[in-house]
Amino acid sequence: MDSVTPLASVTDMSSDAISTDVIIVGAGPVGLFAVFELGLNDMKAHLVDILDKPGGQCAELYPEKPIYDIPGLPIVTGQELVDKLMEQIKPFHPVFHLSQMAESLTKLPDGKWRLTTDAGTILEAPVLVIAAGGGSFVPKKPPIKGIEEYEAKSVFYSVRRMETFRDREIVIAGGGDSALDWTLNLAPLARKLTLVHRRDEFRAAPDSVNKMRELVAAKKVDLHIAQIAHLNGSGGQIESITLKPDAGDTFNISCDALLPFYGLTMKLGPVANFGINLHQNLIPVDTEKFESDVKTIFAIGDINSYPGKLKLILSGFHEAALMAQQAFRYVHPDRKLRFQYTTSSSDLQHKLGVQ
Amino acid sequence: MKVYVTDLKGVEHPVEPILKWTLMEIIRDADLPIKAECGGSCACATCHVYVDPEWLAKLPAQEGEERDTLDGGFDVQPNSRLACQIVFTPELNGLKVTLSKDAAG
Repeated sequence: MDSVTPLASVTDMSSDAISTDVIIVGAGPVGLFAVFELGLNDMKAHLVDILDKPGGQCAELYPEKPIYDIPGLPIVTGQELVDKLMEQIKPFHPVFHLSQMAESLTKLPDGKWRLTTDAGTILEAPVLVIAAGGGSFVPKKPPIKGIEEYEAKSVFYSVRRMETFRDREIVIAGGGDSALDWTLNLAPLARKLTLVHRRDEFRAAPDSVNKMRELVAAKKVDLHIAQIAHLNGSGGQIESITLKPDAGDTFNISCDALLPFYGLTMKLGPVANFGINLHQNLIPVDTEKFESDVKTIFAIGDINSYPGKLKLILSGFHEAALMAQQAFRYVHPDRKLRFQYTTSSSDLQHKLGVQ
Repeated sequence: MKVYVTDLKGVEHPVEPILKWTLMEIIRDADLPIKAECGGSCACATCHVYVDPEWLAKLPAQEGEERDTLDGGFDVQPNSRLACQIVFTPELNGLKVTLSKDAAG
């Protein structure tokens, strides 16, 4: 099926707080299904995710891989599941704040939570749901001795502004789409651009690989088949890189900027500082409401822990359904919770837009 | 049966392997540090291990997908493998591997 784009995406730097019923940190499958369960119970949700697309690990790590244990779907790929969930939650108009990390959490005098992202988005709601899976996807940092000294000065894990790299002597490391895309984009700006990869085979899109090969043949890009052994420089400014080929001696190439693209890894990140009790980087919850030790903060999916926990998508779906019952009591304290089936309830069918 | 897993400090841990489990699962089950963050779907390179050269030829062949995924690892050597792609069989009794920095996370 076609990919379903987010219904609304807010990425501006507005300092105005956005008020909603529930803030969900993490737009993976469990965060997405939480929108559905909350929606059936008349709660609107805003989601924050560091990736530039919904779907979490399903979309980032294994979009093409089959999943066989989603009830009722004998086989579905990671991306297909995300697309189906996006379609399922469409009636509830979730708002996505993508490419942003949930950075800080404060409690307001009226008991609501205020969540601020690293892009300056401010969300306020009586209920917070952490559905952050294994944490935030962040770039892998090469375990090269002393690399921290150069970070943000001459070693960069992402490109925010291409102009930063004009007339610089750049080394890009890696063999995937990010490495190849930035090689193609930065080569025209750079004084010199060298691509370093451990083998003469690239898993990036074939079209990008062909274009890179043309640039190498035209001597507009240097290509070295080697791995990075050392960084040389001082005061945070890189001056050269020592490369180690599979066979033969190490050698140095001069450069003043290094862009390593070795994929993403998951780190818990600022959620660790939200004041929620953690055990081995997981959030202990009860199995009735999936609430953390902090009232009105819930944790569902891979990030929670409880006796018997299984890190399965289907467990996360169940947790989302039970979480939504208690969330209702917080968001609509004056209303009585009504248990209904989508099959028979005209009220639920109306919410779902069934004609 | 045993497999021998050397950690980043150089300490060798004898581990009781389980038939038909992957080496990643065996190492994880022994509570040794192996991040394996994609859970064994050959998608992340955080179960990267170095195989004792003597054992390299005895292992199941490396698929193209594993070679691709190893691009996300560091200090990749000719004896680098992803532990999630090695299923333990009796022929691998005595296998020796060393954990990588990728596995430490």
